[in-house]
Formats: sequence, structure tokens, C-alpha cells
Amino acid sequence: MGKKVMVGMSGGVDSSVAACLLMDQGYEVSGVTLHLYNNEDVGIRKRTCCSIADVEDARSVAAHIGIEHFVFNFGTEFRRDVIARFARGYERGETPNPCIDCNRYIKFGKMLERARLLGADFIATGHYARAERDAASGRWLLKKAKDASKDQTYVLYAMTQDELAHTLFPLGGLCKTEVRRIAAERGLVNARKPDSEDICFVPNGNYAEFLEHVMGIRRQPGNFVDRNGSVLGTHQGLIRYTIGQRKGLGLSFESPKYVLKKDRASNTVVLGDEKDLFCSRFVVGDVNWIAWERLTGPKEAGVKVRYSQSEAPATLYPFEENRAEVRFREPQRAVTPGQAAVFYDGDTVLGGGTILAGED
Amino acid sequence: MSEWIYADHAATTRVSDRALEAMMPFLREEYANPSAVYAPGRRVRRALDRARETVAAAFGAQPGEIYFTGGGTESDNWVIRAAAELQGGEKKRLITSAVEHHAILRTFETMRRRGYEAKVLGVDRNGRISLEALRAAAGKDAALVSVMTANNEVGTVMPVAEIGAAAHDSGAVFHTDAVQAAGHIPIDVDRMGIDMMSFSGHKFGGPKGVGGLFVRKGLPIPPGLFGGGQERGLRSGTENVAGIVGMAAALEESCRNMRENAEKASRLRDRLIRGVLRIPGTRLTGDPENRLPGHASFLFDGVEGEALVLLLDQNGICASSGSACSAGALEPSHVLLAMGFSAEEARGSLRLTLGPDNTDAEIDALLEKLPNIIVRLRSGA
Repeated sequence: MGKKVMVGMSGGVDSSVAACLLMDQGYEVSGVTLHLYNNEDVGIRKRTCCSIADVEDARSVAAHIGIEHFVFNFGTEFRRDVIARFARGYERGETPNPCIDCNRYIKFGKMLERARLLGADFIATGHYARAERDAASGRWLLKKAKDASKDQTYVLYAMTQDELAHTLFPLGGLCKTEVRRIAAERGLVNARKPDSEDICFVPNGNYAEFLEHVMGIRRQPGNFVDRNGSVLGTHQGLIRYTIGQRKGLGLSFESPKYVLKKDRASNTVVLGDEKDLFCSRFVVGDVNWIAWERLTGPKEAGVKVRYSQSEAPATLYPFEENRAEVRFREPQRAVTPGQAAVFYDGDTVLGGGTILAGED
Repeated sequence: MSEWIYADHAATTRVSDRALEAMMPFLREEYANPSAVYAPGRRVRRALDRARETVAAAFGAQPGEIYFTGGGTESDNWVIRAAAELQGGEKKRLITSAVEHHAILRTFETMRRRGYEAKVLGVDRNGRISLEALRAAAGKDAALVSVMTANNEVGTVMPVAEIGAAAHDSGAVFHTDAVQAAGHIPIDVDRMGIDMMSFSGHKFGGPKGVGGLFVRKGLPIPPGLFGGGQERGLRSGTENVAGIVGMAAALEESCRNMRENAEKASRLRDRLIRGVLRIPGTRLTGDPENRLPGHASFLFDGVEGEALVLLLDQNGICASSGSACSAGALEPSHVLLAMGFSAEEARGSLRLTLGPDNTDAEIDALLEKLPNIIVRLRSGA
């Protein structure tokens, strides 16, 4: 009998095809869907029982391809490790990425733990990424997907060696069009379902409203200031702005002004010109190295500072415990505290961390 | 011993052989509509009447006081929504307990949104409401008091007769959700002062999708469903004849064997409780004295109930924890929270509910496997 693998199934096309491919490869496959929140608890008015209204889709796919299907309720962990962190980050004036925390704490943390408890040898997901063991170093490496346009390694950089060793990414070598073709061939109900884009628990993308109405964070109006501290107007609360934002400030200027910085201590939003958005060095914290145990000296890397951006050439320097300093070859726009910086060498993810606010 | 151990009789039960036998003719040759005037229809109508007599007798009620429904949830919804019109629509205060089934609690929510004063009474550590609190909340002009006969999650049996008396003192109509109790402990609607009562067939060896509502004669309850006027105009829809006949047969059988079944279930339950409590960091939940015969419920420190249930499943044991939502994931139990346990404590809940089919050998097997599983979960291995 083949090794046992438990596939995280969202009900979407990717994870459904992932499950099929693993069956073809001879694994003993079961599916699991994570129940992470109740819609009404996160302010989604559509009254269904569960977050993932897609549970039913996942269940029907599992039945269709003939595998067992489970639902795990990780609501407590999701609230604590994802939603609460997201809210705290915003309160600190950062722009956090909850998908990274969800992968780290829920999918590759909690789900792997539960899958092992139930006797699985591996978990699998429909992420577009590849995990490979490097013969020379003996380390597990995380590599970009073959379909560069779908690559999801940016949200997977926090995976540990243990997690990489016990996770399969069956879609890493496929293009999205191939995945859709496979889904159509196998008659999977959701083959044409659109990809999800937004943060799942804030489907309308209005984070400020979520933080205020659902998390009960009181926004505190304060001052817009320029780089010298001169007051330019009144802002509606730090959580309503993000670095690099130009529209929706409610002020008019002779030349376009951008959000450069959110300062929690003084509750001010610093505005300035676009050129001031560019920065050439920053520090990342809570760093996870994949390609090596620790960074011992300067290292060239491509650095990606947000999901939708491509990497920029930089040099990484060791910096205190769990931290690293990034120096770009060319200054980069809108490096945002709370977002992840992920380091690449070609296709290989070296590691990554959370962008820390500057000390200036 | 069968290859799996079913210890979730509070969730549902096997349809008894006698019930199934009673149902079969109505799934085959006796298919006529009981409202039809021809002979086959009249035969089916007679079977329906007999079922109504059987059910009424089981609760000390009159046949004309029994209305068949699609199950406990429908009965509960009907009663609470009807509360408005029961007393001329003037009284606006509705009272229930925090440990009721969601069929009651969620209906209460909608009544609150419609402008009713819907009060939810807290419970003590054992899951029982206080009569003083009930009297204080009800005052002299409550419309309805609805408190369950026995709790589905922790097995606590409420002091129903006393609650009924207190409800009547306040001028309220008393409803009890007896879904978990009917067929398992004696119920006499007169002696216990019950004005209305919900019950469900599949909890005592009947089929799923059928239940009923007892409504004391003279109470002007409005229809639950409008249509062809079945169930004396109060619950329209062609009767689920096979289901009703099966439920009646199962209830009759359960009541006839009640003492014997309860003695056996209690003995197995007490063995189980003694054995489980030997596992360190384990507590019994629910009232240690006033509890349903086959019902054992526990909290395990430092254990996730959901993982526990999945591991028991891998060991061929059917058990439950918390309340399942429709997606099949487990939610923290509102009952345990109402009893004063923290959300963290409530996560480690396990419910083992025994029925007439369970054996000593199965209790042995449970007590052999459970401690190892708990150790494994606590070690995180």
C-alpha cells in the first residue's frame, strides 16, 4: 500500500487536481477541509454555517474521485494565530499578510500535526511551488513553481525543514491551464471556479471596516504631517492607510503626495513625494532560513517585498538574532513594514522574514 | 462484538427491528393516502390513529393532543414561534435556558428581533437552572417558559415538574424539549405540568425525519404549516405514515422496556465513568445524579475533542465532542460554556452515549483504548 497523504482541499480547482494527481502517483489519499471561521463572526452577512462555503464543493470532489473527506475545525487557532495577529499588526501601524500566517500556523503547523496524528505520512496542498531535497547539503529546498506567473513561494517562505520534508506540492510542475484541463477531463465540478484573490475573511477587501466593525478597533484620528513634522491635515486613523497610498487621503496638494510612513507613537501619517517612497535598505525580523541554518556572511539575492512584485537584486547581511539586513542595488518603492520580504537565488527560496519599521 | 462500537446514541439510534417491521407495510402495499376515502386509505388512516394512541399513551396524554411533525427541530420552532398567539398575543416575555438545543435558542433569537423579551436563564455547574432565577425572570406575566427535559450534550435531567409549577405560577405556558429524554426516562405530561412537548423518533429507535408535538387540549396553538389541513388543521402535509408508525412502535417498545434498558445502560455507563475517571486530568460533566441512563460526558485537560473523536474513529469507536455544525466540523459546546467552563476547557469534551445494543465487552474495549489515545494526544505524538 502507498504512503498516506492528506490533501488540504478548499473546494477549488487546484487542490482538487492535486488530490487526483497524488492518487495517480499511488498514494493513499484522503482529503481535509479546514473550517476556520463562521461567516457571521467575521462580518460576512451571507449566513452560511462555515467560512469555507466551499466545504460542500470539497466534499463532492472527494466523493467524485473516491477518497475519504474530513473537516477539521481550527477556528480557535485561526482566530488566535491569524486574525488576531492581523489586527495587532494593523494596530501597530503595519500592513500584515495574514495568508503567510495562515500557511505557517494553520496549514503547515496545525494541519500537519493533525494529519500525522491520524497516521498520514505527508500532507499536500494545491500551492504552486516545489519542495526538493538538496543532495549536497541534505536540506529541503523550496523552489518556485514551473508556472512562474502562478508561483506562490512568497507565502510559503516560513516553512520549516520538517514541514518541507512532509509536504507535497503536486502542482509545482504544472501550468494553470494544464490544471484546468485535468480538472475538466476528470469532470470536477469546480473546474471553472475563479481563483480566490482577497484575504478570505475580508472578501470585500475593506480592511479598515473589518478592523473597526468586527475586531472592534477604535480608529483614532490624528495628523497628516510632512517629513519635517508640519501638520498638513487630519487623518481618519492609521488603520485606514497603507504605505504608498495616494488616493483617498481627503486632501489636495499641488503635487501628488503619498503615504510614506505610519507612526504609531505620535499617531501621525507622514506624507511626501513619490521619490521619498524609495528605500535602499531595511531590516527583516522573525527570519526563516530554508537554504541554510543561518546566514553567516553577506549573500547576493533577489528580494521580493510584496506578493505582486518581482524580485529586486540586493545583498543580505546577518543582523542580530533572527534578523537580517537587506541592501538593494537600486532603491525600491514602498517597502512596507509588516509585509514579508522573501529572498531568492534564481528559483530557490533562501528564506524570508517580516519587514520591520525603520528606526529613523 | 461488531467491528465498530457505536457510543453515540444521543446523536441518533439504530431503527429497532420492531419499528422497521411495523414500517414495512407502509413502504410497500399500504401506500394509500390516509386522507383518501377508499378502503386502502381508511386502513392507513387507522394505522395513523393507532400510532397516535400509542404515542399519547406513552406520555399520559390524549390522542387528540399529539401532532406529528418532521422532527424535534420542527416541533421546537413551531412552539416558540407560536408562543406569541398562545395567550392572546399580549404577553411578550419568553423564557428559556442557556443549554437548550439550537432549535430553541436560534428561534428565540428571531423572536427577540421581532420585539419579544426573550430571556435566557443561566445554569449551574451541573447544567441545571435555578427555580428562583426562573421565578424572578418570569414575574407574573410571562407568555412561555421552555426548558428541556434532559440535555443532549451532558445528559443532565432538569427538575421538570418543579419548572412546570413555577411556569404556571407566573401565568406562563410550559413547553419542554423532550427530544433527548422521551423513551429513556418516564414522562407524564399531567404529573409534570407539561403544556407542550417536543419529541423526535430517531432518538429512541424510530426512523429519522419524524417527531411530534404534544399540545395540551384547549391551548390555541396556531398552525405550524398551512395547506391541506392534516393533523387537525395545525400541521398540513401528507403524513409520513411509515415514519409515524415506526416511531410509535419504537416508543411503545422503549417505554415497555424502559426500566430494563435504563438499568442496563446505567450499569454500563457507571462502569464506563468509573474507568474513564481513572485517567488523570479527566472530569465528568453534567449532573452526577440527575442524568440520562446511558449518558456519559467528560472533559480531558489538554486534549482537543475533535482530534480525540477522529482517533477514536480510527479505532472503530463512534463518539462525539461539542456540537457538529452542518459542515461536519466541531464547534465549542455552548452548553459547556454556559455551565461555566472556559472555551479552552470545553474543547476537550467527549460524549459517550450508550444504548440497548452496547455490551460489557464494548465497555472493556473502550476502557482499553481510550487511555492510550489520551496519552498520545497529550504527548502530541
